[in-house]
Amino acid sequence: MAETQNVYEIPIGPIHPALKEPIRFTFRVEGERIRGVDIRAGFAHRGIEFMAMKRNLIQTLYLSERICGICSISHPITITLAVERAAGIEVPPRAQYLRVIYSELERIHSHLLWAGVAAHELGFDTLLHLTWKVREQVLDLLEELSGNRIDYALPIYGGVRRDVAPEQIPKVEAMVRYYRGLLDELLDAFLRDPSVEARTRNVGILTPKEADSLCAVGPTARASGLSKDVRQDRPYLVYGELGVKAITPRDYGLEPRGDVYDKAVVRLLEVAQSLDLIETCLYEMPEGEITSFPKIPALLAFLKKAEGEGLGWHEAPRGEVIHYIRLEAGVEEPIVWKVKAPTYSNLMSWVPMFRDQEVADIPIIAASIDPCMCCMDRVHVVRDGSPGTVLKEELLRLSRAKTDRVTRHLSPVPRHGGGL
Amino acid sequence: MILKTLFSQLFTKPATNRFPAKYMPKSVLGFLGKVKEGKATLVPPVPVPPRFRGKIAYDREKCIGCQLCIRVCPAKVIEFLPEVKKIRMHVARCTFCAQCVDACPVDALAESPDFLLSDTDRSSAALTVE
Ligand code: SF4
Ligand code: SF4
Repeated sequence: MAETQNVYEIPIGPIHPALKEPIRFTFRVEGERIRGVDIRAGFAHRGIEFMAMKRNLIQTLYLSERICGICSISHPITITLAVERAAGIEVPPRAQYLRVIYSELERIHSHLLWAGVAAHELGFDTLLHLTWKVREQVLDLLEELSGNRIDYALPIYGGVRRDVAPEQIPKVEAMVRYYRGLLDELLDAFLRDPSVEARTRNVGILTPKEADSLCAVGPTARASGLSKDVRQDRPYLVYGELGVKAITPRDYGLEPRGDVYDKAVVRLLEVAQSLDLIETCLYEMPEGEITSFPKIPALLAFLKKAEGEGLGWHEAPRGEVIHYIRLEAGVEEPIVWKVKAPTYSNLMSWVPMFRDQEVADIPIIAASIDPCMCCMDRVHVVRDGSPGTVLKEELLRLSRAKTDRVTRHLSPVPRHGGGL
Repeated sequence: MILKTLFSQLFTKPATNRFPAKYMPKSVLGFLGKVKEGKATLVPPVPVPPRFRGKIAYDREKCIGCQLCIRVCPAKVIEFLPEVKKIRMHVARCTFCAQCVDACPVDALAESPDFLLSDTDRSSAALTVE
């Protein structure tokens, strides 16, 4: 599309107090339509990998937990897998099952968090509150199992730090039952609601070809119909035995379009999948040790002698996370530690997703890949050469006004989504 | 279906625990002062689960000064007191991972259920364990 001189640039970011990681978008807009976007990342470089080089591996484990507050099981699991490969540590079977249980619990809470955020970006705060209210159940269970509501400190090299005690099993079962009973209501609220559909259908499309060539991962790729899930493609822990299958909108009887709606479908279905996995693990989990190093001094001594390199991978709620580690004998600190988080792979999918969309759809499209940054705090608009500032509230107002607009035109006409 | 849920919500207890008071007091500190004087009652916090990881409890008698906890602590919470061969913990820095508890060879450290630790002074007595 030839860009005329009516194309203006809207920079967003990089500093947003509400963002976990600052990022800068520069939108080229023509009227209400986005003609292109430029993304600049890298404002939140904390030098975590470098910090690890001054800490022993146990301290590094807790540092990895702080890469992301939501993925605070995914990162420790991935680094332990990498270190275990590098040092040749066996993980007892029970610990592997427990790790699966903990990571699936994390997936549930992360996807529900996303669903709430998405509802908020659309202006459905009722749905946000409802989703986050039910999300408390899984957080309570995580607190019950780990002792912490967030940053669970559960995996350790060679196993996990806490078992699911027999008296806790009914609580896990109760959580599974609770969400199973709720799932239909959630699907109803998100997927069968005409106004949600109007705001998400055919919005922010990522075609399968684009998803493939841009190396999208996680629900972002699966919503476009790619059968891509690390748990299925390169099984680790006991995921191979559990037979995890990548979930695409086809599992909901829909032909994937790769829009925001499909991303909601995938995430909500994955909540159900995680419930099944947790239940299976709970019943199939063998008895036995939960770590191969019950004594911490022994673990420290073993890790100090270890030499080699290892790669760990894991399907985090947002997609594939990879940790690489190199250890040298006689050195307690990792020599090299490299982390690739899922948002890094998904960042480029924003470019085709934003193309030819409306400004009011920016929040929901940005949120649809579930980045570690999803709230817009303020936008700087340069209109006719005079700068002005649009606050996050203004963007939210635009988004809400659009929801109002589309719902008003909704009711009597049978619709198939997307007709804005 | 969502309408039904919303409607029934009108007649059920709110999901949020109204800690520390049913209605937000003008001054929380003033309110807590009144609670101390017995002029107001506190809405108690949600009880913590049995294996909660709160403020670390330290048994000074048991401690042998081996410094293992200092080696594993990711947040540099623990200070060694060489003259007495004991430790001092600066709780304001603590991440409540309880790795020190796992590491201690003589069980001198334990997870306690205390979590109401906010303070304006990070080196106050409540935030220093020794
Ligand atoms: S709980 Fe963790 S952060 Fe706190 S003192 Fe112990 S090891 Fe350090
Ligand atoms: S690990 Fe235990 S015994 Fe050793 S210094 Fe720490 S508290 Fe004392």
